[in-house]
Amino acid sequence: MTASEPEEPGSASSRAKDHSPWNWLLFVPIVVPLIPVFFNADAPRVFGFPRFYWLQLAYILLGVATTTLVYQLTKKRGDR
Amino acid sequence: MWRDHLTEIIVFTVLFLLVSAMGFVAARWRAPRDMAHLDEWGLGGRSFGGWITWFLVGGDLYTAYTFVAVPALVFGAGAMGFFAVPYTIVIYPMVFLVLCRLWSVSHRHGFVTPADFVRSRFDSPVLALVVAVTGIVATMPYIALQLVGIEAVLKTMGVTGESALARHLPIIIAFAILAAYTYQSGLRAPALIAFVKDTLIYVVILVAVLWLPQKLGGWGSIFDAAEAKFQATAQNPNDGILLNANNQLQYVTLAFGSALALFLYPHSITGVLASRNRDVIKRNMSALPAYSLVLGLIALLGYMAIAAGVKPLPGSTPGSADANTVVPVLFDQQFPDWFAGVAYAAIGIGALVPAAIMSIAAANLFTRNIYKEYLKRDASPAQEANVSKITSLVVKVGAVACIVFLDPQFSIDLQLIGGVIILQTLPAVALGLYTRWFHRGALIAGWAAGMGLGMWMLYQIPNPATKRAHFGGSAFPLSDFGFDTKKTIYVGIVAVLVNLLVAALVTLVLRAAKVDAGRDGTTPDDYFADEGDPRVTPGPARDADAAPEPVA
Repeated sequence: MTASEPEEPGSASSRAKDHSPWNWLLFVPIVVPLIPVFFNADAPRVFGFPRFYWLQLAYILLGVATTTLVYQLTKKRGDR
Repeated sequence: MWRDHLTEIIVFTVLFLLVSAMGFVAARWRAPRDMAHLDEWGLGGRSFGGWITWFLVGGDLYTAYTFVAVPALVFGAGAMGFFAVPYTIVIYPMVFLVLCRLWSVSHRHGFVTPADFVRSRFDSPVLALVVAVTGIVATMPYIALQLVGIEAVLKTMGVTGESALARHLPIIIAFAILAAYTYQSGLRAPALIAFVKDTLIYVVILVAVLWLPQKLGGWGSIFDAAEAKFQATAQNPNDGILLNANNQLQYVTLAFGSALALFLYPHSITGVLASRNRDVIKRNMSALPAYSLVLGLIALLGYMAIAAGVKPLPGSTPGSADANTVVPVLFDQQFPDWFAGVAYAAIGIGALVPAAIMSIAAANLFTRNIYKEYLKRDASPAQEANVSKITSLVVKVGAVACIVFLDPQFSIDLQLIGGVIILQTLPAVALGLYTRWFHRGALIAGWAAGMGLGMWMLYQIPNPATKRAHFGGSAFPLSDFGFDTKKTIYVGIVAVLVNLLVAALVTLVLRAAKVDAGRDGTTPDDYFADEGDPRVTPGPARDADAAPEPVA
């Protein structure tokens, strides 16, 4: 490590921010939307939408919820 | 002819001119101390906050061509066209952490392009050149396709002519205006215009999905009408409102492969690097899927067009149909004239935002990785900004020439190829952010192998619907590899896997032969730096030239 003195404290905590077990949660919205067995069917229909369409649109919420959760759980506390 | 569409044309023109005026004013928006710096012109001062980044990146990724081509695909093939939804869902969790690392290392070292990073990380100007040229080649047809989006709208409004020049004149004028304000305002122009574009898109789509289903008998009957149409047309076995056993693999690999490719495109990275800090990026990864919802609903406009009995307008060759006109024709039939005009303006302006960002990104690549590297090593920041501005003009003239002088189908083919070739920069750019295990020579070898295989596979794919023998799509039949199956797979995934395999093998060989791997210009600490770090200073205060040298 060749970084100069004053950077050390900031970078140490930012490293802690990047490496978190919560990050593994991000794999859920990457893997689940890519499994056709879950969504490739007509029934049940919701508001006239076949499952293929409403479930895949619902996965958007899964993605938003997961990234938001991981962001909140891994956010640096205290500063800014 | 066009007189029937007078209201639409007036609304379209007024909104278009309003936005153009904004583009010129943008130079003074969040005015920099010194515009003659590539960071200012090409990255908006690296200072955009959460909202601006959301509009900018959203306006950048979800382009006019997407808005026209995705429903056209759903109209023609059904469920397969819906791949855009899983594609834009998996992308954000996938790049959530990767982009933060890219942002940090780029801000510490003043990188403007992905090739800048590769050059410093692998100590290889050649590899950087390969990444830069790949980026430019993949971006050019994408810009040209934005014109296809505008043209679909103009055609529906009856603004066409007999001669090639008359037909293309409106587009040439539109792009001349775009080129002028991009030249003047740089990335600030699309950032400001994106507000108008996205607001219009959201309004149009909300109205469309709330109002049209009522007119067409509800969502249930829209899907039923689509299913009935796909059942009736037997010539394509792979259409339908659900996937079948043979195209599921294609659907999944296409969604995943496209997601891998998206943030390798230089224009996506430009939007990300323009943000103020890592938090802005992370919050945007949660907020950008709002556009995916819009995209999903836009895709379903394809089914509404089926239910409404839309017939696409004739294409450039006699007997063919231009599927891209499906959505504009649907709006023309179902909406009052003034609102159809608003919808057309949304698509037309929607083309300008990405076209501006793409031309800026391509210009930055040329300036940083070709001009500065090979033509004028001691270029000052002001000279860099100047070269970029001029290159952005050249790029746009090239895009217009592609559409005017060549068959638009050629641009569509090139864009298909573009998605496959940009994926070949994945090992160097995306994996490079995490590991330096790969040898620079091996990355070049892997790139060459992936490019070669990808091009060959695309060349082999025919398209029975348009009676073309080559470049008919991205679905490669596994039977061509000797497998006894009717399944197809996305070309890009196969090509990038081979790329990785070759890169790994050649790395082992080069290491065994003790070939020099060069010096890493970055430190592990660089990948975690954030706003406020002593060496991360936004804007002109930083000396971008001295940056590539690591601290002693």
